[in-house]
Amino acid sequence: MHKSVSSYALLIMICAISVFMSTTGYAQVVHNEKSLYRNILVEDEGDLRCLKFNVRSSKTQQSCYFKSQPQTLVFNYTKLLMSGLLFNPEPKRVLIVGLGGGTMSNALTQLFPKAKIDNIEIDEAVIKVARRYFSFVENNNIRTLNQDGRIFIKRALLKKQSYDWIILDAFNGDYIPEHLLTKEFLQETKQLLSDNGILTANTFSLSQLYAHESATYKAVFGDFYQVMHQKNSNRIILATKRNTNFNRINSTQINHLQSKLKPYNVDIKQVFSKITYTKNNQDWPENTRILTDQFSPANLLNSH
Amino acid sequence: MTKSAKEYNLQNYFIYLLALSSGFCIMGVELLAGRILAPFFGSSVHIWGSIITVFMLSLSLGYLLGGKLSTRSASLQHFGVIFIVAALMLLPIANMSPWLMEIIFLAIEDARYGSLAASMALFFIPTIFLGMLSPYAVRLLVKSSHESGQVAGKLYFVSTLGSALGTIMTSFYLVLWFNINQIIYSFCSLLACLGVFAVLLSKSKLRNKIAASHA
Repeated sequence: MHKSVSSYALLIMICAISVFMSTTGYAQVVHNEKSLYRNILVEDEGDLRCLKFNVRSSKTQQSCYFKSQPQTLVFNYTKLLMSGLLFNPEPKRVLIVGLGGGTMSNALTQLFPKAKIDNIEIDEAVIKVARRYFSFVENNNIRTLNQDGRIFIKRALLKKQSYDWIILDAFNGDYIPEHLLTKEFLQETKQLLSDNGILTANTFSLSQLYAHESATYKAVFGDFYQVMHQKNSNRIILATKRNTNFNRINSTQINHLQSKLKPYNVDIKQVFSKITYTKNNQDWPENTRILTDQFSPANLLNSH
Repeated sequence: MTKSAKEYNLQNYFIYLLALSSGFCIMGVELLAGRILAPFFGSSVHIWGSIITVFMLSLSLGYLLGGKLSTRSASLQHFGVIFIVAALMLLPIANMSPWLMEIIFLAIEDARYGSLAASMALFFIPTIFLGMLSPYAVRLLVKSSHESGQVAGKLYFVSTLGSALGTIMTSFYLVLWFNINQIIYSFCSLLACLGVFAVLLSKSKLRNKIAASHA
């Protein structure tokens, strides 16, 4: 008798908690869709709107923005990506591989209204969601192509195009497109850069993959710069076509950029101070096997 | 058990082993196909559509042709020769794929039809030969009509089990240890060695038979 009363009490408590959770309403799902590649979720949490892939956890957030202040960049990794501007402050042609909510493209077109921006996204559903829920801006200067990044880059090379800034943001943490990590792919990407061009890649800093990826970048670009964000294990790789001397970046430039990026909630001085150069501190073994089209078990390496 | 019955049994085990190996290689190659095509045709869903279509198509033709071929003086020797031919047909996947895919990439803009054409060019012919092996093996194993269903069942069991092993070995381990081409060359050598062994075995048996009849 006593036992059943306490179990009732427990049951009522669980009900009460779950009702409380749902009404004080954590996140509210605005859109839910199974695309060809993944589950896509758009969630509102007060003023904050987020795009999530696959599971309802904060780990899989792809893109977030404040509906009332669409300019502000929410994610640390998008802020870190802005470090590309330290090397090439006035990009005229930008290529973004991996659209997400289109927040990067939106920020860049506000910063550089004349810049031509090409967004490449493999998942058509993601493009639709960006347009519908994330005020993704498209105009004569901004194109969006529903294509695999590797194919786009190969075709762009055939058409003798080039970009001042290539942003690689195609890895969502759950599944890595393995053909976008290989030496051959990076060589193609390097060829597509203009003479002062820079590649910024949003990738990982954990797992065995770190060493393999680093060794592959070094094999193609030589020593490179990187910024890490330890809290959520992101790292941004900065690689240039010609070995740009980082020391030549002077304080006037940084101050100029600092005020320019302020509306986006980016503290570029802080980002600048965190940038490291692999020449002085290479933190992976010298004999690490590089990733090629013949050998690229990136997902297996990422799980170790 | 008499000596010849024992020998006969051993030969049957060997044929099952051959079926297991061909199943292993078919799925191993199919799994690698996605990685081989990705640099030129991406990793969109249509890549797998192209690959599976071509494999199913060529396996179906292979079954048809293998069955037909088995009606004409079927022998372990011919069976071995099909293995050797299949191994040779797999070789271009390793040594010709980059330039073949480049030609197709330049000729066909649409990645869907590009990946379909590339799958056809690389995998259609070798998979036909690999598909011929199962019905041919049934012919070699069946001695009376009442056991034909059981033999076919066992053969499907063994070759599909081989496919399961080929899939898991390739995707879990082989790609982590080796280059794609190294894996393809290993499959080729495995099939060729088994084929040569089958031919030698059937020749030695023939010689024994002739010797026995002369004695």
